[in-house]
Amino acid sequence: MSEARKILILGATSAMARGTAAAFAARGDSLYLAGRDTDELTRLATDLSVRFSVTTHHGVVDIANTASHSAFVKQAATALGGLDGVILAAGYMADQADAATDFAIVERMVAVNYLGAMSVLDQCAALMAAEGQGFIVGISSVAGDRGRQSNYYYGSAKAGLTAYLSGLRNRLSSQGVHVMTVKPGFVDTAMTYGLKGMFLVASPEDIGRAIVRAVEKRRNTVYLPWFWRYIMLIIQHLPEFLFKRLKL
Amino acid sequence: MASAKKFLAGWGRYPVQECITWRPERASGLYLPTPMISRGQGRSYGDAALNENGNVVLTERVNRFLDFDSDSGELRAEAGVTLAEIIDVCLPRGWFLPVTPGTKFVSLGGCIAADVHGKNHHRDGAFSSAVESFSLIVADGTVLNCSRNENSDVFWATVGGMGLTGAIKDVSLRLRPVETARVIAKHQKAQDLEQAFTLLAEEDDSNEYTVAWIDCLARGRSLGRSVVMHGRHATAEELPASKSVLATGGRKVRTLPIDLPSFALNSVSVSLFNAIYYRREGGKQKSFVTDIDRYFYPLDSIHHWNRLYGKRGFVQYQCVLPINTIDTAFEGIKRILEQLSASRRASFLAVLKRLGPESGGLLSFPQSGYTLALDLPVRGKDLFAMLDRLDDIVVKAGGRVYLAKDARLGRDSFEAMYPRLSEWREVKQRIDPNNHFDSSMARRLGLTNE
Ligand SMILES: Cc1cc2nc3c(=O)[nH]c(=O)nc-3n(C[C@H](O)[C@H](O)[C@H](O)COP(=O)(O)OP(=O)(O)OC[C@H]3O[C@@H](n4cnc5c(N)ncnc54)[C@H](O)[C@@H]3O)c2cc1C
Ligand SMILES: NC(=O)c1ccc[n+]([C@@H]2O[C@H](COP(=O)([O-])OP(=O)(O)OC[C@H]3O[C@@H](n4cnc5c(N)ncnc54)[C@H](OP(=O)(O)O)[C@@H]3O)[C@@H](O)[C@H]2O)c1
Repeated sequence: MSEARKILILGATSAMARGTAAAFAARGDSLYLAGRDTDELTRLATDLSVRFSVTTHHGVVDIANTASHSAFVKQAATALGGLDGVILAAGYMADQADAATDFAIVERMVAVNYLGAMSVLDQCAALMAAEGQGFIVGISSVAGDRGRQSNYYYGSAKAGLTAYLSGLRNRLSSQGVHVMTVKPGFVDTAMTYGLKGMFLVASPEDIGRAIVRAVEKRRNTVYLPWFWRYIMLIIQHLPEFLFKRLKL
Repeated sequence: MASAKKFLAGWGRYPVQECITWRPERASGLYLPTPMISRGQGRSYGDAALNENGNVVLTERVNRFLDFDSDSGELRAEAGVTLAEIIDVCLPRGWFLPVTPGTKFVSLGGCIAADVHGKNHHRDGAFSSAVESFSLIVADGTVLNCSRNENSDVFWATVGGMGLTGAIKDVSLRLRPVETARVIAKHQKAQDLEQAFTLLAEEDDSNEYTVAWIDCLARGRSLGRSVVMHGRHATAEELPASKSVLATGGRKVRTLPIDLPSFALNSVSVSLFNAIYYRREGGKQKSFVTDIDRYFYPLDSIHHWNRLYGKRGFVQYQCVLPINTIDTAFEGIKRILEQLSASRRASFLAVLKRLGPESGGLLSFPQSGYTLALDLPVRGKDLFAMLDRLDDIVVKAGGRVYLAKDARLGRDSFEAMYPRLSEWREVKQRIDPNNHFDSSMARRLGLTNE
């Protein structure tokens, strides 16, 4: 096994983040779990150290509070003793109909999925670029590939994130830092439990393992599970005159 | 948190009921402000973890390890952690469960709520004997610490209390040290019931674990014909030095992909299987080395084996008959087997075990005596009538039926079987007077709707 890497997980209380953290811990990496629920972060951190005998830290961050990010990222990197990788899993998806009647919800989705994501990843990028190594994984979504009437506030924030990650990858590739965009399809987490119209739902553990494998292969953009690449290929290439009449 | 309506059943797949399911990702979500029941791995057979048209909180994602001391074997974990996970994490470090049921796909919460027993109950007691304490989320959402010293009445009402006192959150238990992941087993043939009883009663070091598999279709002089299986943990010295003694080693797991047609298990196929099994397993009279998975969890190697019984499902009838006088248990079990074999019902799985003293759980099942477990397909009008007759035998003998396996017991029989029910009701009345915790089983047995 290679040397333990020092990895920061943002939005660590998400089931997908837990699956990813477990897959990193299984290879012996040290982890810093960041989120808002301190009690839960403590439990998650202990769980990983008991199961995998790895070092874990945890701390509080609000992704929507951009002013706090600079100090927070420094603090996390200090606790870890460096920073070799970052996973951004924090995200927020509200019901489209609720968002359509309350713009504060739209603002919140943009604040978490897009603005906050850019802010916190910028801080991480600066640290890693200075060291000339590391990886950044942003969990975006297939929902960002094409706006659909059922989910376009969330989708457009994720589209923004996808474009940001692409630009960041472009900028950092010459500085030794690798940026990977993850576009999950439907994953069986709190975000989707009980929602209608779910199909081909993947387990968060499988997605976590797939993310860690994709990091090892230095992939640029991954659809998870893989077949979503083809589903989205079709959806993206439907001619607009047809697409706009569909109930998607 | 969002909910999903689902048709749920226990392991026996009878009954099937529509419930509103919630699946929290963290311990704080184990409690709902509206009436609910908790559900672990759904390995109880009947309606214990069902709440028809009501809330069911799935604990499967609430499974964090909170502390493990590999020097003392003390473990603290969330209630949704399964025994399989504990084995994965702790066995390589030299620790095993002091008590384990016949499947490892059960949650800590379910093991406490049913106060489950293993093949060593006669020596080591029920699951509660390994439990130091647990925290319980009660009706108003507050958390009570429960142990033998703190809130001890709630502790003993929750042990065996089938989820009706609250939602178990975190559990502290003590594991037992083992030197290896192997078991040394030995089988003996018993020609009839009397011999099976004698062999089960034998006390010596080689039978730390004991269980008998009964051929339920054997009649007349062979009634109770069985294979008695003993086992104990192997010490490091007993194994070849080269082996990594605590390694569990993977096992091939198969899945039964579809429901078998309901005629697949009939008295002919079962009696054929039984004859072969009796000869093959009964032949292993010399002790042999096996591993923890094969010894404790033989059925876990086939996922969804409950589909064997077809779409209509099956019930497990497990009762215990106390040994007040030496003959009561023997006579009672004999009469039950006679009824069964007279009805020509094929019980594919029939197990006889000796149980030790009660744990103190007010609704715990085990009591000093002999327990018989039968798996019976839900088929034919007279099945439930026959089981009612078995209940009468059990009640007369002062025994009881195991709630974790039950889907059909009547209220009167239940009340006659559990003499500490009134003490349990007192605790329930005090901590949950409005029946915030309620299940289909609780309503059927009159535990929440007097
Ligand atoms: C193949 C097989 C073999 C078995 N062998 C044995 C055996 O040898 N000995 C034995 O004793 N049992 C045995 N059982 C039965 C099984 O051990 C029990 O039914 C156990 O309770 C199942 O645990 P579970 O997590 O699946 O609980 P579930 O079936 O989901 O629930 C069982 C009860 O526990 C309650 N519960 C679950 N979680 C909580 C919680 N967090 N807080 C409060 N209440 C909760 C539920 O409300 C319900 O009343 C066996 C079952 C199978 C399928
Ligand atoms: N599930 C799917 O099908 C799916 C599909 C495509 C993409 N995704 C994306 O995958 C990622 C993981 O989602 P999930 O499915 O695991 O959902 P989840 O369980 O709802 O996780 C969302 C996570 O984001 C955190 N978060 C929300 N707002 C935050 C804030 N202001 N500050 C810090 N953390 C915040 C939450 O933390 P708290 O615990 O503090 O609330 C939670 O950990 C998300 O980015 C999501 O958009 C999910």
